[in-house]
Amino acid sequence: MQVGLTSYLIVAALLFCLGLYGVLTRRNAVAILMGIELMLNAANINLVAFNRFVAPAAVAGQVFALVIITLAACEAAVGLALVMAAYRSLETIQVDEINLMKW
Amino acid sequence: MGELAAFMILSLVTLIPAVVVVTSSNIVRAALSLVPTFLGVTGLYVMLQAEFVAGIQVLIYAGAITVLILFVIMLTEGGTGVRTRQLNDQVPLGAMAAVWLAFVLIVIFTRTGWPTAAGVLPAYNVVAVGNAFLSDYVLIFEVTSVVLLVSLVGAIVIARRED
Repeated sequence: MQVGLTSYLIVAALLFCLGLYGVLTRRNAVAILMGIELMLNAANINLVAFNRFVAPAAVAGQVFALVIITLAACEAAVGLALVMAAYRSLETIQVDEINLMKW
Repeated sequence: MGELAAFMILSLVTLIPAVVVVTSSNIVRAALSLVPTFLGVTGLYVMLQAEFVAGIQVLIYAGAITVLILFVIMLTEGGTGVRTRQLNDQVPLGAMAAVWLAFVLIVIFTRTGWPTAAGVLPAYNVVAVGNAFLSDYVLIFEVTSVVLLVSLVGAIVIARRED
């Protein structure tokens, strides 16, 4: 039995929803970033799967997946730098305790 | 048959550590569980004949990003103890949203007839990807390099200790 496009899409959807659950329920800013990484990975699986099954002659999906991996690295670097800055000035990285701009 | 078995094993290797990532109360264990998830996704890329993306996935995700996350956990130790409560008050709402979204997505995916084409990928993916990057997608390539430079400078400026 061949593994079709739908199987890959379902795995990617489950991974995306796990990442969404992590982003919505975690208090720790680093754990929220981990959830975002899971969601980006799910999007990448979709792109590569569509490239393989829908347009095999082109490599556009792989190109987009590589660009997303690059942007995910940028996002992780800047996001973790922000976490460091917040920890240095507020002594906490629990996002529900960081409420300086909330009234 | 072998393809189906490999797909099932790789899916489990991807999804079970992902559950640990989002539910574990030990943040270091969650960060280390990212590694098998990323390696499972790498296996899925190999099954999809995207070898170059798989290699980059191992280098960037399983190597660089996990180490970066572990370093930040080490440097912010005051907020990451095992005794610290890791989940906020929206666990039921978050679980409902995630399950609902998964249900809707799976229903949509199984009911849609995707226009699959029976072709083959280029034999040497790296050559094809490199040609695509430097011909059709050269603007994306250049803009991404500028974004990399800006995020490098920005991360240094934000994380630097102010004197």
